[in-house]
Amino acid sequence: MMIETRALRKSYQLGETTVRALDGVDLAVREGEMLAITGPSGSGKSTLMHILGCLDTPDGGEYVLAGEDVARLRKDRLAAIRNRRIGFVFQSFNLLPRLSALENVELPLLYGGRHDAKNAAAQALETVGLRERMRHEPSRLSGGERQRVAIARAIVTHPAIILADEPTGNLDSRTGDEILALFQRLNADGRTLILVTHSAHVAAHCGREVGMRDGRVVNGG
Amino acid sequence: MLLWTIIKVALGSLLANKMRSFLAMLGIIIGVGAVISMLALGAGARHQVMNRITAMGTNLLVVRPGGAQRRGVQSGSRESLTLGDAEAVLQSVPDVQALAPLVRGRAQVKYFNANTDTTIAGTSLSYLAIRGFELAKGRAFTSVEEDYAARVAVLGSAVSTQLFGERDPVGERIRVKNVNFRVIGVLKAKGDQGWFNPDDMVMVPYLTAMRRVLGQPYLDELDVQAQDAATLARVETQITSLLRKRHRIRAGADDDFHVRNQAELIEMASTVTRTFTILLGGIAGISLLVGGIGIMNIMLVTVTERTREIGVRKAIGARDRDVLSQFLIESILISGLGGILGIVLGFGVAGILSGLSDYQTVVETQSVILALAVSGSVGVFFGYYPARRAARLDPIVALRYE
Repeated sequence: MMIETRALRKSYQLGETTVRALDGVDLAVREGEMLAITGPSGSGKSTLMHILGCLDTPDGGEYVLAGEDVARLRKDRLAAIRNRRIGFVFQSFNLLPRLSALENVELPLLYGGRHDAKNAAAQALETVGLRERMRHEPSRLSGGERQRVAIARAIVTHPAIILADEPTGNLDSRTGDEILALFQRLNADGRTLILVTHSAHVAAHCGREVGMRDGRVVNGG
Repeated sequence: MLLWTIIKVALGSLLANKMRSFLAMLGIIIGVGAVISMLALGAGARHQVMNRITAMGTNLLVVRPGGAQRRGVQSGSRESLTLGDAEAVLQSVPDVQALAPLVRGRAQVKYFNANTDTTIAGTSLSYLAIRGFELAKGRAFTSVEEDYAARVAVLGSAVSTQLFGERDPVGERIRVKNVNFRVIGVLKAKGDQGWFNPDDMVMVPYLTAMRRVLGQPYLDELDVQAQDAATLARVETQITSLLRKRHRIRAGADDDFHVRNQAELIEMASTVTRTFTILLGGIAGISLLVGGIGIMNIMLVTVTERTREIGVRKAIGARDRDVLSQFLIESILISGLGGILGIVLGFGVAGILSGLSDYQTVVETQSVILALAVSGSVGVFFGYYPARRAARLDPIVALRYE
């Protein structure tokens, strides 16, 4: 198993009330899967995604990522896990505006202390089909191209999983489909992907769909 | 992350906001410029005073007749110091390198119809070495001329110019108080020292001055040069006890002479200039502090503006200390660059100050190093709080920030 969670719990204090964002989530993702997590707003899919992405730690339960228990690690270890084992793709791309596409893709390698950053980054851009535009800043790229750069940044460290949060949400449907096709190609190459979405269209392109409601997995788990 | 990469990123963000970065730097530029130029002013004053004191001679003790002044009343005779005393000091005090007796008086000096009122200094050959004079032309008098009270004179450069203008006075005859003298040499100019002009004098052998010009059997001054600075104090006490014995002064009674130590003068002068320098530097230092607060303000704004960027960096694996060092280096770059520009400004202001006024300015290496170190520390000190704030941001909160 690439990802295995057992009875994950997480709650927030919102004023007087306690919100149970995750209320015992059991999830298993095999290596090479392409999984969609769906559910309405407030179902806990964003919280689950943050915990799976090691941006947050659960209050209780277990989370094993590629054989390593990551539920209760300290901040620096979590940063290292995010750097090496997880690739993030955001809805709003989140590229650094002053850096070129190549420099954006290099960034995770630099934080990881790698020395061959330039070559590896160029290779990742080639994989997403943007090699000839790697000197451009994000402002000179189209939305689809920006998301390709973001995907290149996510895959450059060869992470165990790629987490995408509404990756087509800011794109028109044609560009969205292109990005979705890119994800499918990456999956066909053996990469494990988890897409958080509330688009049924996106979910239909994934190998498996996991539905969430009120902090629990309601189907597909 | 490699240091060079961090510096490149920090430089990039400084260049992206050129005006803002420059304004943040301006406080440091002005502060460092002020510190450098004020310290240069203080160092210039110190150098000037030290030059004046060393122009008087090095490792010098000056023995004068009459006791130390108390409430404006001088005790003891003005006629207590004799050539015999000079001879005795030279014979029996070890570590005396050189000694020059001195009699002094004002007199009119004439050459044809040119004349000038100047100081007649009756002394020995060794006076030149002790007081650091050098000959510009001709020669000094010989010990034979000293012993026979020869009527030969060495002119100070100011007197030479007064009487002879550009002509060479060596070999000419001048009259001092109606006594004929032959000019045998001219001294190199030392420059006006403010409180006295060492070039305004005529030097003659002491016996000649005592017998033929001033007619006084006692000395006005005894200049003693010690072997080195270390022996100065010992020579001073030995001279004091020797002269007390020679003058038959009972134990407990006041001296009828006083010894002035040059080291005391230097000490006093450097205390004054040090206070002056600290005062100027302190005032300038306050502007450096204000500059630091300016940097902190800008850095806080920068951190807030780039909250989302911080979130992205953390999501892709930046640790707290990566973010901390990124913002810290940015503020150090601002203050360090400001420091370098401030040093340039300081040199400029120091140059203008000495060009426009009589004040001498000396930019010392240590004040440049100090300014660089202080401006760098200002960057660390005032950049640390904003950088820590950036480093501690929760990545989820930072990623949601609009």
